[in-house]
Amino acid sequence: MHSIRKILLATAFACTAPAFAATASAEELKAEVLHWWTSGGESAAVKVFADGFTDAGGEWIDTAIAGGQNARTAGINRIVGGNPPTAMQFNTGKQFDELVANGFLRSVEDVAAANNWRDALPPAIVKATNRDGQFYAVPVNIHGQNWLWYNTDVFSKAGLQPPKTFQDMIAAGPKLRESGFIPLAHGGQNWQDHLLFDAIVVAEAGQEIFAKVYGEVDTDAAKSPEFLKAVETFAALRGMTDEGSPGRNWNDATALVITGKAAMQLMGDWAKGEFIAAGLTPDKEYGCTVMPGGYVMGGDVFVFPKIDDAAQKTAQEKLAGLMLSPETQIAFNLKKGSVPVRLDIDVSAMDACAQTGVQTLKDPNNQVASINYIASPDLVGATRDVITQFWSTPSMTPEEFVEKFVSAMDSAS
Amino acid sequence: MASVSMAAEAAVPRTRRRWNAAASLALLPAAVIVLVVYLGCMVWTVRLSFSSSKLLPVLDWVGVRQYSRLFANERFLISVENIVLFGVLFIAGCLVLGFLLAVFIDQKVRSEAAFRTIFLYPYAMSFVVTGLAWQWFLNPTLGLQKIVRDLGFESFTFDWLVNQDMVVYTLVIAGVWHGSGLVMCILLAGLRGVDEDLWKAARIDGIPTWRVYLSIVLPLLGPMIVTAVVLLATSVVKLYDLVVAMTHGGPGIASEVPAKFVMDHFFERNNIGLATAAATMMLISVAAVLAPWVYARYIRPQGRRA
Repeated sequence: MHSIRKILLATAFACTAPAFAATASAEELKAEVLHWWTSGGESAAVKVFADGFTDAGGEWIDTAIAGGQNARTAGINRIVGGNPPTAMQFNTGKQFDELVANGFLRSVEDVAAANNWRDALPPAIVKATNRDGQFYAVPVNIHGQNWLWYNTDVFSKAGLQPPKTFQDMIAAGPKLRESGFIPLAHGGQNWQDHLLFDAIVVAEAGQEIFAKVYGEVDTDAAKSPEFLKAVETFAALRGMTDEGSPGRNWNDATALVITGKAAMQLMGDWAKGEFIAAGLTPDKEYGCTVMPGGYVMGGDVFVFPKIDDAAQKTAQEKLAGLMLSPETQIAFNLKKGSVPVRLDIDVSAMDACAQTGVQTLKDPNNQVASINYIASPDLVGATRDVITQFWSTPSMTPEEFVEKFVSAMDSAS
Repeated sequence: MASVSMAAEAAVPRTRRRWNAAASLALLPAAVIVLVVYLGCMVWTVRLSFSSSKLLPVLDWVGVRQYSRLFANERFLISVENIVLFGVLFIAGCLVLGFLLAVFIDQKVRSEAAFRTIFLYPYAMSFVVTGLAWQWFLNPTLGLQKIVRDLGFESFTFDWLVNQDMVVYTLVIAGVWHGSGLVMCILLAGLRGVDEDLWKAARIDGIPTWRVYLSIVLPLLGPMIVTAVVLLATSVVKLYDLVVAMTHGGPGIASEVPAKFVMDHFFERNNIGLATAAATMMLISVAAVLAPWVYARYIRPQGRRA
């Protein structure tokens, strides 16, 4: 009975939506969620949230905008313009700082306290979603950013062990090249260069220096010998790519590994989707290794704009609770390819790579906050220009790089 | 056309040009749009370039701090170099190629319409499609270089797209491919307007055809060429999509352009202050190029008349 009424109501609303859009919210629990998950796997993942919310008696209005940047711009414009969605996606970190500072977002501290989020989440994520000791964002996943993906067949053909460190990678380069493979599949776009660079800094200069450079904008840390050593490793990897690398998309690079043209690629765990889509199984046709130094965590959050309407507030609280509930977390992250943001749940249903990831993350010493968690978008961009320039300019020395890097840090602070 | 409007002007002496309510009312929306949207946004942009705005616009005052950061920024300086190089080569290339194509079609070739369509066709595509197509074609591991090598010329190398020193020229190639059809159309219309008698006279005098084109026809095409240059110049200033689709500004930052600098900082990097400073510099450069022309075309003649 109730469900029939709901369908009728929903139909009625759909027919009269333009006219009633403003007044309808009091009647029914509606949530308009703005996000940029539009690819096949992504929209399957977001459907987990949508179904969960519908089952809880709400109506999910999906506003998917392709491209993270486009979606954020559209969402911010709507929030500032006074017509906010019920919830909106951001990357975990500092992207929504100014929205909080200007009072555009509401705190979800009540939901967080009621569900003990502080105990269930890694401290770095609590820090990245809290402002002034209150939760202003709901983290939904952790994307590992320093995974090495390799083709096991290629390594056995070349008679080599898959690498575990960046020095292993460099050492394997000449042999792989001789055997007719591209040692490192890489897409020469600035964010990919940056991802690789950060993984090396974490592995070779260590978490502390990484956090100081990006989090505290400490130029002394960037001038340290450890940092320079990481830069030298980064420089040594330049020669391991192929001619077609500049400008290549990350998934085209992954395809080189899948088809056995290239040996390995350093990429976030979203690359796993490509291997799965190609029908490969982990530890068999391909392997995945977390590079040393810790698990570099990226990920996504949802924020909730301040809205006066009481029904909208209820919808926001429902959504927040739902997104972090253990069942939703598992179901969502299975589809998304990331790992759950809660470390207190059973992940035996997930694949081998994801289980490795969760296992690594259980040690607090391995929880490394990625650049987006700790650095302003301005600093990320300024250092990114220097990193990509260095990667593409073999004549530039590591010392010159450090000098430019430091001045980029100064300009963006 | 020209004679008609001149006659009309002569019929309405200056003294009788009175305030016409209906005409003013009709023009009002356009005037409001120009004032509020165009000029208003310009002023707003310039104002923000003196603020410390990050994600959201704020109206504090930080002096020229954004500008000093801008001119210390290597990427911006490379962008400026690139746009100048691209602008000169792109406009020159389109004009030369477009003119040659127009002359070719003007030789009363058979199936002229087919050629016209083929030459103009690239212009019907967006810069994004153009960029992607050329990216594939010029990619050393997928396109031209691979094809020629597969044919047996193992040492053939054409890697401009991934070469930091040459990548700007690949943008020029794609741009000229895209834009010269438009120039052809404009100039062909001009060529068709050239009086037959001129050609007859030149033939009687025994002047070679190339000489007629160069010394007689080309000067007659002046206004058409100005039109073409203005159209091409606007696509130089706003050059963004071609770069994004073709090179992403790379390798490294070797093919960055100012419009991409503005877009990246405005949105991805949450730095409205720096982005508007760069936009203001673009506005100033355009104004600096246009000012002498506007002066020569509109202000000086009026002064002389008075």
